[in-house]
Amino acid sequence: MSSFADQLLVLVMLINFAVLGSSRIALAIRAVAAQGVVLGLLPWLIHPFSWHLLAIMVGIILAKGVLIPWLLTGAVNKAEIRRETEPFVGYVTTLIIGALLTAFAFVFAGKLPLAPAHQGLLFVPASVATVLTGFLVLTTRRKAITQVIGYLVLENGIFIFGLLLTEAMPVMVEAGALLDLLVGIFVMGIIINHISREFSSIDTSRLTTLKE
Amino acid sequence: MLYSLIILPLVGALIAWLIPGDRLRPLLLPLFGALHTALTIGVLIITPLPSPNDWIHLDALGKVVLLGISVLFLVCAVYAVGYLGYRRERSNRVLCAGLLICLSAMSLVCTAHHLGLLWVAIETTTVSMAPLIYFNRNARSIEATWKYMLICSVGIALALMGLFFLAYSTMVAGQEPTLLLEPLIASARNLSPDWLKAAFIFLLVGFGTKMGLAPLHTWKPDAYGEAPGLVGALLAGGLVNCAFIGIARIYQICTAAGNPGFFLDTLLIMGLISMGFAAVFMVNQSDFKRMLAYSSVEHVGILAVALGLGKGALFGAIFHLVNNGLTKGVLFLSSGNIHRSYNSKNTSQVKGVLRRLPWSGGLFLAGFFAITGSPPFSPFLSEFSIVSSAFHQERNVTSGLFLLFLAVIFIGMASTVLPLVSGEEPAEAVRTPYRDRLLTVGPPLVTMLLVLMLGLWLPEPLRRLLTDAAALLEVRP
Repeated sequence: MSSFADQLLVLVMLINFAVLGSSRIALAIRAVAAQGVVLGLLPWLIHPFSWHLLAIMVGIILAKGVLIPWLLTGAVNKAEIRRETEPFVGYVTTLIIGALLTAFAFVFAGKLPLAPAHQGLLFVPASVATVLTGFLVLTTRRKAITQVIGYLVLENGIFIFGLLLTEAMPVMVEAGALLDLLVGIFVMGIIINHISREFSSIDTSRLTTLKE
Repeated sequence: MLYSLIILPLVGALIAWLIPGDRLRPLLLPLFGALHTALTIGVLIITPLPSPNDWIHLDALGKVVLLGISVLFLVCAVYAVGYLGYRRERSNRVLCAGLLICLSAMSLVCTAHHLGLLWVAIETTTVSMAPLIYFNRNARSIEATWKYMLICSVGIALALMGLFFLAYSTMVAGQEPTLLLEPLIASARNLSPDWLKAAFIFLLVGFGTKMGLAPLHTWKPDAYGEAPGLVGALLAGGLVNCAFIGIARIYQICTAAGNPGFFLDTLLIMGLISMGFAAVFMVNQSDFKRMLAYSSVEHVGILAVALGLGKGALFGAIFHLVNNGLTKGVLFLSSGNIHRSYNSKNTSQVKGVLRRLPWSGGLFLAGFFAITGSPPFSPFLSEFSIVSSAFHQERNVTSGLFLLFLAVIFIGMASTVLPLVSGEEPAEAVRTPYRDRLLTVGPPLVTMLLVLMLGLWLPEPLRRLLTDAAALLEVRP
């Protein structure tokens, strides 16, 4: 089963590149949604079945695959933006940096003192690579909405690591974390609306009134 | 008892959401604030038993922070009634409900002994504060809210990664993975040291962002500058203390693991960097609310230095947590009044405050003396005990830098505050309908008197509580 999990994790890492390379925001939102659904399937492959697990899986797929993309699409439609124009760093460059970061994640994970059961699995490198991709999107894009997408990719990366420890995270805490994420994205969506109304754009490089 | 501390404010938030009128709604805040304070005093006198699975457990550290937050919230709640009287032009539904949700989440932070639950509670405080920073609904406040929301969310996400690393360190050690505080402290010596270090760094970066330790403080001046005074007071005196609890919990685990040198030095250096940053940016600061934000960066730096010093400085750290929270309450509430009266927070337009608003101006001035560590106010005592512990441990570089930064900050802050309160009102200064009234001056005045009282006389039960809380953080050899 774990080889199938590894294939899914490769898919997660490929989706990272889809997010990095797409200028169309709708596509990036769909890519993150797909990533969320893949992550929602993973617990089922690596842990024995339990109701706890099922609840978590349903919650993740609903939150990351349905609700969050729906909220983001709503924000995009209201703000009437289609593309990320003029990112701080071009698409080709970010793709190359992304590839380098992924390679680095594999080298780095190889050096970590992992528990014997997790050696040779793709979980840790995939997690590190996805977190770094999230950071890359956060720092290189101008639009508020793409920054939220970067935050979601980062969160997904952290979540992959969390899959190794489902026993330590009780359902209550998992549910609370998902709810917080959901409300956080909801609030961010509202802020994006207000930014676009106030500045007639959601270009965050215009948010420069407040500085020393 | 403990559950009601968390559930009661949520009930209040629900009622606040359902009440249709903007006039009656703010009255809910002091009502639920007073109930919360009464409950808090109740649990301080008769400590309730922890929940059976030990998720909810009020220890001495939680008690100190809970007391500080509850008193500060009550003060801000009374103030809110007066403040919102001047802000009839916009609905206060989100503000009132958000404040009460935040109070509930902060109470949960104080009582959580499951680190996952603690994380959820801290994240909830972040999210519930975001709409409150945006209360003024203009371009500047939306910018501040966006920076706050994005930077703090990313920070908190990194803290979650740190928690996962912590749980993983138990797994590498071949134990049942857990995030409960007591088992983690008890088994700290067996945890994998490398993963523990990684967990510490991620949690420090995560909760440090929330607390505003430099260089992770970039959201702070914007959010504190644009938020209404009472929200600023709760950010600086409430959320900072919650993030401190997060850092204190990981501190308890890491120092119990043996070889605490790495953890202590990291905190010490980060604290000194924060104080240095604050000292640099405090000089020539023309916006008095942003100045308060840098003062907050300074004081979280002091807290981190005190944790890094350990031993005798721990009492100072816990005491300073209370003092900083209360004094920031005075400063933010009185600066809110000044802002309201002049409709500006720039020192080029705001002058002669003592003439126009003798009460608010006087409180702002007294708060300035208190926060910069002048006797006889209580922050002097806590800062003094931290410095004297540094000298006692013969950490001369640390104590030298500490005193140098305090001196620079005093001068920098004085050069903004003194021209602001004294002198003549500029002829072109705007006049607004705001006048000092009991409801907007009374709450900061009571807080100021509390700060003065703690500086002159520390009641015995409180001293015992502070000592117990410091003992929890003690590094055991």
